[in-house]
Amino acid sequence: MPLDQSFVGRTYPPTAPYQVGREKIREFATAIGATDPAHHDPPAARASGHSDVVAPPTFPVVITMAASRQLIEDPALGIDYSRVVHGDQRFAYTRPVVAGDELVCVNTVEDITSRGGHEFLTTRTDVSTTAGEPVVAVWSKLVVRGEA
Amino acid sequence: MELPTQTFRVTRADLVRYAGASGDFNPIHWSDRFATKVGLPGVIAHGMFTMALVGRAVTTWAGSPDAVVDFGVRFTRPVVVPDDDAGTEIVVTAVVREVTDAGLTRLDVTATCLGEKVLSQARATVRTAG
Repeated sequence: MPLDQSFVGRTYPPTAPYQVGREKIREFATAIGATDPAHHDPPAARASGHSDVVAPPTFPVVITMAASRQLIEDPALGIDYSRVVHGDQRFAYTRPVVAGDELVCVNTVEDITSRGGHEFLTTRTDVSTTAGEPVVAVWSKLVVRGEA
Repeated sequence: MELPTQTFRVTRADLVRYAGASGDFNPIHWSDRFATKVGLPGVIAHGMFTMALVGRAVTTWAGSPDAVVDFGVRFTRPVVVPDDDAGTEIVVTAVVREVTDAGLTRLDVTATCLGEKVLSQARATVRTAG
């Protein structure tokens, strides 16, 4: 079943706040081998002007992937997740994510196209603090492979 | 200007650790049985793990873990990770495309595995002044 084109431009309600934990940033940094003290040691992070440890650049995917369940599990949009592969990913930062942030995601369907039997879904997730301060905008393009 | 090449070894253990840390438990990243069933040559790395390693390269070049202001990639080829101690290797290079008056440096990044590009349109903008 093709994706419902009428979803282009649709914005979903904000997700429940995600509390960015210091240990989660350390765990993520360790998993990708990022050893810079600013990811692990609060005094080192403070020395570079941050209130707590700084997340590596791709860390927000932890939050946005969970938030994207809103779309993936929307039966009206019609994504067959077993046929999804990741196409593109982009992060545009207002500022880095730091431990202690309480972040809310707003998902928007930016584009749905079809080419060569595959469908392409581009989403934009605006990540901001619960106080409304923008932090990072995250784009993701999912490819829903056609049934060959 | 070409930046110094950075090389990252990727083993199955790395994928398991990344799955746990990121919350992406798709079995194509840990089960050969599942990966081959869906037509892959075997277990592949998370695209976002490859992007995270490229992010490490970018922050290393920038000299600061909080320097990235824009970072985007297209995933073009899966990184197959064999079930052995050696795993595989991702090689990351970059050229400086532009340095702006506002203190931003734009990089064109290339990531390869076994000599084949695994990303396209990989670009990063980093803050290099102020």
